[in-house]
Amino acid sequence: MSVLVVLEQTGGKWNRMSWETLMAGQQLAGELGTDLHAAIAGSGIAALAAEAAAKKCSKVYAVEHDLLKDYTADAYTAAIEALIREVKPTLVLFPHTYQVRDFAPKLATRFSQVLISDVIAVRIESGSPVFVRLLFQGKLNGDVRVSGGGPYFASLQAGSFRAEALEAGSATVENFAPALDAASIRQKPEAPFRESARAVDLTTAEIIVSVGRGIKEKDNIPIVEELAKALGAELAASRPICDAGWLPMERQVGSSGQTVAPKVYMAVGISGAIQHLVGMKGAKTIVAINKDANAPIFEVADYGIVGDLFEVVPALVEEVKKAKGLA
Amino acid sequence: MKIIVAIKQVPVRDSQLRVEASGRWIQENDLSFEINEPDAYALEEALQLKEKHGGEVIALCAGPARAAQTIREALAKGADRAIHIEEENLNTLDTLGVAKLLAGAVKAENPDLILTGLQSDDLGYGQTGVVLAELMGIASSTIIMQVEVNGQSIRVKRELEDGWFQHIGMPLPAVLTIQSGINKLRYATLMGIKKAKLKEIKKVTVSELGSAASTATIDKIYVPHKSKQTQIFEGDAKTAAAKLVEKLKFEVRVI
Repeated sequence: MSVLVVLEQTGGKWNRMSWETLMAGQQLAGELGTDLHAAIAGSGIAALAAEAAAKKCSKVYAVEHDLLKDYTADAYTAAIEALIREVKPTLVLFPHTYQVRDFAPKLATRFSQVLISDVIAVRIESGSPVFVRLLFQGKLNGDVRVSGGGPYFASLQAGSFRAEALEAGSATVENFAPALDAASIRQKPEAPFRESARAVDLTTAEIIVSVGRGIKEKDNIPIVEELAKALGAELAASRPICDAGWLPMERQVGSSGQTVAPKVYMAVGISGAIQHLVGMKGAKTIVAINKDANAPIFEVADYGIVGDLFEVVPALVEEVKKAKGLA
Repeated sequence: MKIIVAIKQVPVRDSQLRVEASGRWIQENDLSFEINEPDAYALEEALQLKEKHGGEVIALCAGPARAAQTIREALAKGADRAIHIEEENLNTLDTLGVAKLLAGAVKAENPDLILTGLQSDDLGYGQTGVVLAELMGIASSTIIMQVEVNGQSIRVKRELEDGWFQHIGMPLPAVLTIQSGINKLRYATLMGIKKAKLKEIKKVTVSELGSAASTATIDKIYVPHKSKQTQIFEGDAKTAAAKLVEKLKFEVRVI
């Protein structure tokens, strides 16, 4: 019986969510009274494995193979599957990253299991894990139980566990060389790229006014733009606004856009789906303006106005101008 | 090429959700339903690929009788025919259970390409497409923002985190999960709505597809416990705005 945490690296760089997941592993292995193992897959990863071994766990598996150099769903699934068949963990934890979403469901299927994805908390009840996950875009939570003997698979949402609380230790590193066959890897990945140099750097903004679906149409964007101008803020948006082309992609905040931590983040007409929240919940002060009092954005907001943004925002512009002595 | 699009019907986006008495699901009787948004983009992508390369688009949907409305809308937008797997309690199945049903219904079709949205707006597991590919023994790729078909292979643009992308090649048949915003959605035309009435919807029952037992079950659903105290400013727009600005000026000190 053990807990296995699968850490993530790309091109020799850690995905920082790996440490949050290892933290969850330390906590759960403690509660279950089992061993904790960590694994890292790639090519030329000895240094990364050594770094992971400086955290408290009993063993770090360096899953090493030339065919793991660039991530592919087929190679990673086969490699981690081989490791799990060898180590036989009861619980396998992943960070909920885009890479994990690409291969971990496939991996779980090979064990006739389901990946319990987007998990925000785990508790142990009579020796079995109960996973708390988001439903309906974060409007509701659900407690999910698993059965069938395991191994159980779960991916943990960013920010659900605190990496700062990780305990240090000295684990042994064990090399694990999976048998992989180049012919069975169907995905042929090319080099990652960015669409264009980012002209807008939202990460340095002190104040951000961000707009979401509530704005209804492109022609209404200037209403929020004016508030940003009055506050001296950068204008940002949630994904649907950029998808629709109402604002450029480089102004997107969230998991596929920029991650920001300004002094003030003002969310206007943004319901607060988890993909957006992970990009802004580090803001010092969060203000939400939304007509739906039950919108998930109010769960992270310090200040809120429940109301029609088309009335509230112009009123705010006027009050800000007054406060600045401009009106 | 033959393209299957797996679509799901979910409560409309702004629904006020209430937990039903059992505590395991939401009250559905007073809700309206619509196509899962990422699935709408998958359908649009399928229609555009058909317009470019020829072939057929088949809408595939597992769900209760009410899902027929969403299937009709997919046909009105241009899907050629549909398969409706009738399952009244879809929410009691886990993704493996649902994917098994979909795989069973798809088998006889031998599609070149299967598209679906990257996640559902209700359960949000984000993996039905990937599991379906694994059950069928074909390649998959997720969070796709562009699809190029070159004969028997495809090249897709996959979204990575933090504004990065990557092109990936793979052979057909394959399953792709489509990201919202990949294309511009069309509306059904009046002619399309008329034509949809004559298109075939093949109904399949769960028992014809074999069992779909689940290992993951939802024990309880509930409104999230608030981790933060939110100070809500009451009153009309002007009053609330004035109180907020006062806070921003004298406590947060950014004005």
